[in-house]
Amino acid sequence: MYISLTNSPPDAAETRAPRGIRTVSSTVVTLGLVSLLTDISSESVSAVLPLYVTGMLGLSTIAFGLLDGLYQGVSALVRIAGGYTSDRLGRPKWVAFSGYAVAAAARVGLLFASSFAALSVVLTADRIGKGIRTAPRDALIAASSDPQNRGAAFGVHRMLDNIGAAIGPLLAFVILWLIPDGYDVVFAVSLSCAVIGLLILGVLVPNVRTRPEAPERAARRRDRRDAWTTLRRGPFRRVLAAAGILGIVTIGDGFVYLALQGRNDFAAQWFPLLYVGTNVAFLALAVPLGRLADRVGRARVFVAGHVGLLAAYVVAALAIDDLVATLLCLAFLGAFYAATDGVLAALAADLTTPETRATGIAAAQTVVAVSRFGSAALFGVLWFAVGRETALVIAALVLAGAVVGAAIALRPVIRKAAS
Amino acid sequence: MSGRARMVLVAGASAAVLAATIAFGVTAWADRREADSNLGTADTAGLGTWAGGDRIVFRTTESGRAYGHVASVPIDAPDGARLTSGDVCDRLDATVARLSCLRIVRGVVPSYTATVSDAAGETAAEWPLPGIPSRTRFSPSGELVAETSFVSGHSYAAVGFSTATVISRVDGTSLGNLEEWSLTRDGAAVAAADRNFWGVTFVDDRTFYATVGMTLTGTTWLVRGDIDARSMTMLAENVECPSVSPDGRSIAFKRVTGDDPAGPHWTPAIYDVATGAVRVLPEERGIDDQIEWLDDDTILYGMPRAQTRGDSDVWALEVDGSSDPRILIEHAWSPAVVGRDE
Repeated sequence: MYISLTNSPPDAAETRAPRGIRTVSSTVVTLGLVSLLTDISSESVSAVLPLYVTGMLGLSTIAFGLLDGLYQGVSALVRIAGGYTSDRLGRPKWVAFSGYAVAAAARVGLLFASSFAALSVVLTADRIGKGIRTAPRDALIAASSDPQNRGAAFGVHRMLDNIGAAIGPLLAFVILWLIPDGYDVVFAVSLSCAVIGLLILGVLVPNVRTRPEAPERAARRRDRRDAWTTLRRGPFRRVLAAAGILGIVTIGDGFVYLALQGRNDFAAQWFPLLYVGTNVAFLALAVPLGRLADRVGRARVFVAGHVGLLAAYVVAALAIDDLVATLLCLAFLGAFYAATDGVLAALAADLTTPETRATGIAAAQTVVAVSRFGSAALFGVLWFAVGRETALVIAALVLAGAVVGAAIALRPVIRKAAS
Repeated sequence: MSGRARMVLVAGASAAVLAATIAFGVTAWADRREADSNLGTADTAGLGTWAGGDRIVFRTTESGRAYGHVASVPIDAPDGARLTSGDVCDRLDATVARLSCLRIVRGVVPSYTATVSDAAGETAAEWPLPGIPSRTRFSPSGELVAETSFVSGHSYAAVGFSTATVISRVDGTSLGNLEEWSLTRDGAAVAAADRNFWGVTFVDDRTFYATVGMTLTGTTWLVRGDIDARSMTMLAENVECPSVSPDGRSIAFKRVTGDDPAGPHWTPAIYDVATGAVRVLPEERGIDDQIEWLDDDTILYGMPRAQTRGDSDVWALEVDGSSDPRILIEHAWSPAVVGRDE
């Protein structure tokens, strides 16, 4: 069931020619726009939150750090539930809509939350919304795209998504610049972006059904069995294993930024905005690397993308020139995300049926999120035990091993795609 | 609904939402401008206002009027008329001759600075901070200044948290980040990377106390530091944000006594320097501030107002535990007592 605007057969000459956004379905672009607005909404708030907590609520940011771990975990668990529900109902759009709606409602709460307890409820609701919507939205992107172009479709979506993530913090800081302590204005802008995004999703995105309406009970039971069988079956199991192996050695950008700012004046000055640099590199490379994945195989690009991460660790650990080291690190991190984030969703979509797709995508993303979370905790211990440069070198070595391990685990998938 | 009708609906509704948001933003901006212009020159006095001593200097948090500016009141009449200066600080400390002002500088990229100004209000030294301002203290002589900032990234880049605490001369010469100094416990050196420091309080220009947070175990310790030797010794566990009394006999600090939804619940407590004994004071609410001594019997700390964001009061509490906490200065934060002896 593809409602793609471009169902042209893959023609070798045409595939090679640089084709813009036009080659992906208008649904994908609309979903990208929804994500752009939602990312402006969430990133503008995230960017000012440390200032808000310390300046307006009079708290140290120690409590802030504690909370972050909590909602990362919440998001990962809810994601599977969101994907599974989407598959069961066969209505990814409305499941995704409910996730966006929860996040928008949380923004209303932000305007009134005056204590840290209220703030944590609001932030947790925001993360739950994000957890619910991600997998059904990706299933919708997959269902609206030509399988040949799926890498590019996810690339276009992630590009738009990251444009929002880059605009959000800048917009928030400009507001605070014009109106010192104008946190309410930041929250109001955030709310209005969330509401407009919700509106576009609800009214303009077609209600793609991934299964016939109201299947009878026996079919439902069969489907449930199918969902878990798909996840446990050979090729998909290999994707989950590879994602886990690579996730557990992905230490988190925060450590790379900290290593940079620890010895580098340029990075120290721009520390609060380093992640925006990574987002910019991500958005610039998302479409080209998505296309590359369509051409040479998604599994291959997914594994190779981790070499970008490896390069970022090495650059952060080496003592080279400030500006060059910082820019290289951000470019490598951006390339890593561009080669892995949307590509993993496309890969998961390839190996699942339309009826099990959201569950599959959610499972792959959850494996990545949970393993990265574990990795950050483990690496934190290493960082404080042996110091930052040594810890980064160790992480780089382990990552190099993991890339080889993941390539071996995915070999049958890579072969199949190549044949 | 046709495709066109849907587009019109979305465009119209989006325009309405945007218009409402812009109206809200412009109103907030206009309010802020009006509040700024209300800060009349008659009310604006330089740092010299507390040069005579016997005043409490603080950050005023009264909404609208001079919000965030440095103000002062007489120690003897803390609810009396306050003199407001033109300086804006997020955290501050003051002596008769100087002001240490930690500030969030707004911009497309916010930055953070530490400024030391003299009694004439002139900037004597200024240097950048790596993160959000947290604590600052002068030494009793007013020749050294310490500041702590939170090195905070973005939420998805969170690494727990990291602090940077630096002791400097008032001319801006850095004596070093405490993380680079040696740390010992029971005579044995402690691993180099596993620690964060915050909340310096000076005894004199050589000796100070501070908090070290051990990252792996999550415990905090009181340390005594030797500036000349660039070394610190761990003294007692579960002591944060120390503040040494004017007579040097007691250290007021905040101690974790429970859990709040936001994190630890801290209660003010007193450490006896001679015996190491600790007494927790009768304060039900959680505090999150570096305590200041009004005199040898009374401590001060800021407490956010539950109902008004960004507003707080400075509370006073007798250290013998004989009475309940009371509000000393309304709409104030980051108090610094500029003493009689100075």
